[in-house]
Amino acid sequence: MNSIVRFCNVTKTFGKLVVLDSVNLDIAEGEKVAVIGASGSGKSTLLRTLMTLETVNGGEIEVEGEPLWHMRRNDKVVSADEAHLRRMRTKIGMVFQQFNLFPHMTALRNVYDPVMTVLGIGKEKAIERAVELLTMVGLEDKLNAFPAQLSGGQQQRVAIARALAMRPRIMLFDEITSALDPELVGEVLNVIRKLAHEHDLTMIIVTHEMRFAREIADRVVFLDGGRIAEQGEPSQLFENPLNERTRVFLRSVLEAR
Amino acid sequence: MPFDWDFAKSILPRLAEASIITVQATVCAFAVAAVLGLMLAIGRRSQYREIRFPIIGFVEVIRSTPLLIQLYFLFFVLPHVGVTLPPFTSGVIGLGLHYSTYTSEVYRAGIESVPKGQWEAALALNYSRYHMFRRVILPQAIPPVIPALGNYLISMFKDTPLLAAITVMELMHTANVIASERFLYVEPMTLVGLIFLGVSVISVFFLRYLERRLAR
Amino acid sequence: MSVIYEARYILLDGMLVTIKITILSAIVVYFMAFIAGLAAISRFRVVRVMALLYTEFFRGVSLLVQLFWLFFVLPFLGINLQPLVTAIIGFGLCLGAYGAEIVRGAILAVPRGQIEAAIALNFTRFQRMRKVILPQAIQAMLPPFGNLTIELLKATALVSLITIQDLTFRAHTLTLTTMRTIEVFTVVLVVYFVLAMCISLAFKWLERRAGVGMERGVIR
Repeated sequence: MNSIVRFCNVTKTFGKLVVLDSVNLDIAEGEKVAVIGASGSGKSTLLRTLMTLETVNGGEIEVEGEPLWHMRRNDKVVSADEAHLRRMRTKIGMVFQQFNLFPHMTALRNVYDPVMTVLGIGKEKAIERAVELLTMVGLEDKLNAFPAQLSGGQQQRVAIARALAMRPRIMLFDEITSALDPELVGEVLNVIRKLAHEHDLTMIIVTHEMRFAREIADRVVFLDGGRIAEQGEPSQLFENPLNERTRVFLRSVLEAR
Repeated sequence: MPFDWDFAKSILPRLAEASIITVQATVCAFAVAAVLGLMLAIGRRSQYREIRFPIIGFVEVIRSTPLLIQLYFLFFVLPHVGVTLPPFTSGVIGLGLHYSTYTSEVYRAGIESVPKGQWEAALALNYSRYHMFRRVILPQAIPPVIPALGNYLISMFKDTPLLAAITVMELMHTANVIASERFLYVEPMTLVGLIFLGVSVISVFFLRYLERRLAR
Repeated sequence: MSVIYEARYILLDGMLVTIKITILSAIVVYFMAFIAGLAAISRFRVVRVMALLYTEFFRGVSLLVQLFWLFFVLPFLGINLQPLVTAIIGFGLCLGAYGAEIVRGAILAVPRGQIEAAIALNFTRFQRMRKVILPQAIQAMLPPFGNLTIELLKATALVSLITIQDLTFRAHTLTLTTMRTIEVFTVVLVVYFVLAMCISLAFKWLERRAGVGMERGVIR
């Protein structure tokens, strides 16, 4: 299988705390993977190491066959420098739980500024792309609004448009509905649903929304204590979990509803 | 108090002229402090120890030692290594350098108050370090600290009399010269005090107004 | 550098003068700070206004201008003071105004609930201030007062301009006689820096002592 992303024995520690324990995970191009697990199981960290927001203490992550955190220099393998990381980063996009929109920019500018500044695309074309994407997420009438004037759901949709505008091959979603009021969750999930069905994007989605994960994921990965306890097709994992811990987790999540 | 109003009126023109020098010195020094302070604040966050440590050392030393000594240093020591600057320039550089250590702390506070998520979003979007600061971080960090910068502008204005020690003919020095001409100290000194007080009170009002407008 | 070594007693003398002025002025500064700071939150409007005028006036006029005014003008009004006394009064009044703002701010920062609890327990105004407000406010006051004291140390260099033979004065005259400006001024910079660090350490020690048993929000 030609994996577009491959985690090879990835270990991440914060001081004495082991958050990721030799994780191995292959993700195929165009695959939609849902990552579930309890708080502290390492789900967000997994995403963040791929997005280069956290370093890895052991192992390596390969993106399109190339190592992320190491590189070749003069026939030797060394730690990746900033230029290498920046090159790899262009392939990956991320949407955050707290949206992290730039408060001093309008919705439109939030989306076109990175395109213009980082990708070097001319302002007019950048704005065109931004309008297209904001329309796709249903915010064509909020182009000139500032984040403070938008609801949580709207802000998150702008954040999705912003990440997509950079045309990444791989999109990461880090619990993007967890900070939203319940009635706003639906509009965001709809956008993700649309993305999943209409695009060939590789998507890794960390979520608590089990029904949603079941609906759109090709594969569900259950993380427990920094390790992959179980993974498989949604119907199999949710209905007939093989692992006892998976069963316990699913029961606690479903009971809480 | 024996105050000779006629004498006071007669020296106002000379004092007014000298005030211009004072204002020029303040503005130029503030420009130095504002720009250099920002560079120091950003440099302090550098990942390279070779940049961070010298900056921290520099800031600590300049902040903890008298401005007067630093002015003497610039004015008396530099000529010995071949650099002779006119008094006004030395004064502006000295004053600006001294206060850049204060403004750098102000900028630092502003930068640190920007939420961590902003840095992460900018990194995820692959902004270069330069663009990260210019388009995302600084536009959020600087507006809240402008009142604090304004306070330092006023402080610098009040410190300009020190430039007299390196022969800059600013307001205080001029008053001193006038006074020693006829040994009449009361009027010049009092007038200078009132001028400083007046400017200070006006600027404080202006600053409060600015604060209120920025808080919108 | 041998020049410095030979002149060490001159510089040492100057340093002692600097330290003396700093300590004496500091006493006046803290005194004025508390008087004016407490006055600024008095329930009597007249007292509050007087405190406000004091702080606005003495913070508004440049310190050096104040020193010069006191030094040159007072004799004309028949008041003849030693330069040292003039300096201490000047520093005390001017920096005391800044100190007053620190005191006022710290007292106002004490949570309202504390005052209400004290009232409910029937403390008198005086007891309230002494037993509840001030102990908590002092902790908040220490860091800014530390900074202010270092400012005072730096300000003492100005007395060299009104003929007091402090460290800066000695340094200046030394450079005129020996022409070894680099060594002299560098050494003097180092001395001031060390003195400033001492003040810093002293205040950090005070902050730790004041914080005993009053850790906010730390559950052990």
